[in-house]
Formats: sequence, C-alpha cells, structure tokens
Amino acid sequence: MITNTAYQLLAAHPFLAGMDQPQLNRLASWGHRSSFHAGTRIFSEGGQADRFWLIREGRVALDTHVPGRGDVVIETLGPGSVLGWSWLFSPFRWHFGAATVEPTLTVEMDGKGVRRLCDEDPVIGYELNRRFVQVVVQRLQATRVRLLDLYSGPGDRR
Amino acid sequence: MTDLMLPLPYRVTARRLEATDTVTLTLAPVGEGIGTWEPGQFTMLYGFGVGEVPISISGGDGGRIHHTVRDVGAVSHALCGTGVGGRLGVRGPYGHGWDPDSAEGNDLLLVAGGIGLAPLRPVLTWALARRERYGRIALLVGARTPADLLYPREYPAWRAAGVQLLVTVDRADAGWGGHVGVVTTLVDQADFAPDNTVAFVCGPEPMMRFTARALGARGVPDRAVRVSLERNMRCGIALCGHCQLGPLLVCRDGPVASYDVAGQLLDVKEL
Repeated sequence: MITNTAYQLLAAHPFLAGMDQPQLNRLASWGHRSSFHAGTRIFSEGGQADRFWLIREGRVALDTHVPGRGDVVIETLGPGSVLGWSWLFSPFRWHFGAATVEPTLTVEMDGKGVRRLCDEDPVIGYELNRRFVQVVVQRLQATRVRLLDLYSGPGDRR
Repeated sequence: MTDLMLPLPYRVTARRLEATDTVTLTLAPVGEGIGTWEPGQFTMLYGFGVGEVPISISGGDGGRIHHTVRDVGAVSHALCGTGVGGRLGVRGPYGHGWDPDSAEGNDLLLVAGGIGLAPLRPVLTWALARRERYGRIALLVGARTPADLLYPREYPAWRAAGVQLLVTVDRADAGWGGHVGVVTTLVDQADFAPDNTVAFVCGPEPMMRFTARALGARGVPDRAVRVSLERNMRCGIALCGHCQLGPLLVCRDGPVASYDVAGQLLDVKEL
C-alpha cells in the first residue's frame, strides 16, 4: 500500500532538498502524486502552462514538432528532475511539448497555487525561484555544451 | 634488441563496422608481436606508404589486439579501409594507461564521449574480470546520434554483469527511446559515492573538461578523475617533443593523467 503523503514525496525529492518543514508543508498543499503510462503526452507546445512536475521515477522527453520529421526530441529528463518552468513566467505557455518515454511517477504541482504562495510568502518565493534559476542555468549550460558538438575531435572532417 | 621505431607487421583478421565512419580492426602478429599491454595504452599504427597515427588499444586476447579507428584523416582513412588479410605496422605499446589496479576498493565511474569509449573498453573488461575488487561500476556513454554509438552489441552483456550503463545522444532519431542530452547530464543519475570513486574520462578535450566539472559539482575531487590526453604523438617514445603539454610529454607521461595535473594544463590556451 502506498502511504507517502505529498509532504513526504516533496521532502524526498532532490529539487527541494534542504527546504524546511513548514515550507514543504505549505508547498504540499499544492501538490499531489501523479503517474503516467509510457507514451503519454503530458503537455503540448503552446498549451497553457499551469503546472509543473517533480519526476520521481521514469523519463520524460521534451519535444517540438518539425514538419516532415515529426516530434523531435530535444532533451530527456529523468528521476530527480523538474519538468516545466513556463508556469512561472508570462505568457504561461509551454515552449515545448512533453511526453513520457517510460512509465513515470511524479509529484504534480499546481502552478497558479504555487505562484500565489510565492506572492504571499516571499521567503518561499525566493527559495523556489533560486532553485528554478539553478535548473534553468544548468540546462542552458548543457545546451551550450551541446552546441560545441562535443564529440567531434580536432581532426574531424564533419 | 627491438628497434623502438620499427613497426612490426600485423595482419587484419577481422574488420567490424562500428559506425558510418568507424571500424574495429582485429590485428594478429605476422611474426613477433608487441607483447603485453595495459588498458589505456596506445600503439602507433602504420598504414604502409601513407603514415602513422597513435591509436588506443580497444581490446584483445592472446596476441591479437583490437583497434577502433575513426576515419578523420588520410592515415586513419587508409587504416579504416584496410580489409581482412591486409597488413599494417604496429609499434608499441606506449604510454601510461588507466592503471585500474589503483582504483581497487572504490566505485568505478567510466565516462566516454564518442570514440572515447574505445580506450575505456579494456578497463571495463579488466574490472569485470576482477569484479570483487571494485564497488559499483557505472559507464556513461555519450554520442552524437544513435548511429554513432560504439559497441552497442556489448551493452546487454555489460548490463548483465551489473554495470550501470547510461547512454545518451545529442540528436535522437525516431527509433531512439533513450536519453537525449549531453553526457554530463548523466553524472547526476549515476550511482557512485563521490568520496569513494575513481572516474576515468575519455573523449574530446572539451567533453573531458565539462565532465570533470560536473564530477566536481557532484563532489568527486580532481585527483580522483583521470583523463586521456590527446596530443600530436609522433615518435611515441618521448624523443621528438611533438606531444609536449607543458611539463608532460603525453606519449611517455600520458596519455592518461590525473585531472588535478591535466586540468590546469588544459586551461592554458595554445600550450
């Protein structure tokens, strides 16, 4: 039997490591567990971004549709990752789509509720924003590294 | 005494296409062979009439040695094009390898970018043959596309032997259901104790730099990270100086070096 509460799930997720109990308790009221079968589309490019997910198990692919090539996967996210930050910033639309690659367990968070919580409690707001900025920076750096075409050698003709 | 500059004749006994531009050649000595070698060492492979290039040993058994060669220049093009029965010259083995003995008692983390998996493959073979001497073993592999992955036929056996194998590509095709992203993003998903891990990293220089930084962020000290340096090795025996990197002659003092030494050198432009 699954007994973990939303609080316990949040407390166990690396993204929120180090947040104190009262903060996690307040966040927990805006989260619930959610699971997806493999191949489930979680959201589509351009759709309304009103949630985010803390991935506990499984893998999610971020994609975009390219005519003639279908849905091209840009990046995959695994356990311990955060899916979605477009809920934080206007115009609150998804920049890419997301679909599960494997059966995936998450904690799904209500973006509007968390935004309201951040407005009411600037300490939580600062802490969450700091963590999301860190995620954004890490993904930006990973994207820059990929632009280097990392696996090419000095003698490569390609 | 064997002339250190004299290539020994070897015959290609098998040739396996690994990727569109990469082949693994199995070489057997025609007469005298190069003798024993250690994981991470390299030989100078000579395409008769074309030239000589340093290539890491990617495996072997008995007197036979495997070299995985990527077609990127005139000599490697000639090597890749050598068919079964063809002859090549081999000098070596040269350099300091990974020294997997020194990692015993630790978790072992191997990180490979592109053709960098070739020099790491003998480490994996070595460690799996002495499994009880190591903690957890994780292998992180990154490639441009699924078609560029080396040795995919060996993945099931590695996984069955208990290796945590994580594979990622930069560009996925429709048939790819695995991870997409740069190899450094796999570091956080690997199972290892940062303060009790030795990491062997091999790939193009930027890949090794970024991987070492990602490992540092996870808590692995630079002294526990080893990289395989790539420089313009010509003689292989520390005479010509072409492969000098600061105080190191890579053919003699490398190619494997600890990142607390190599990192500072790689940060210097045009060194």
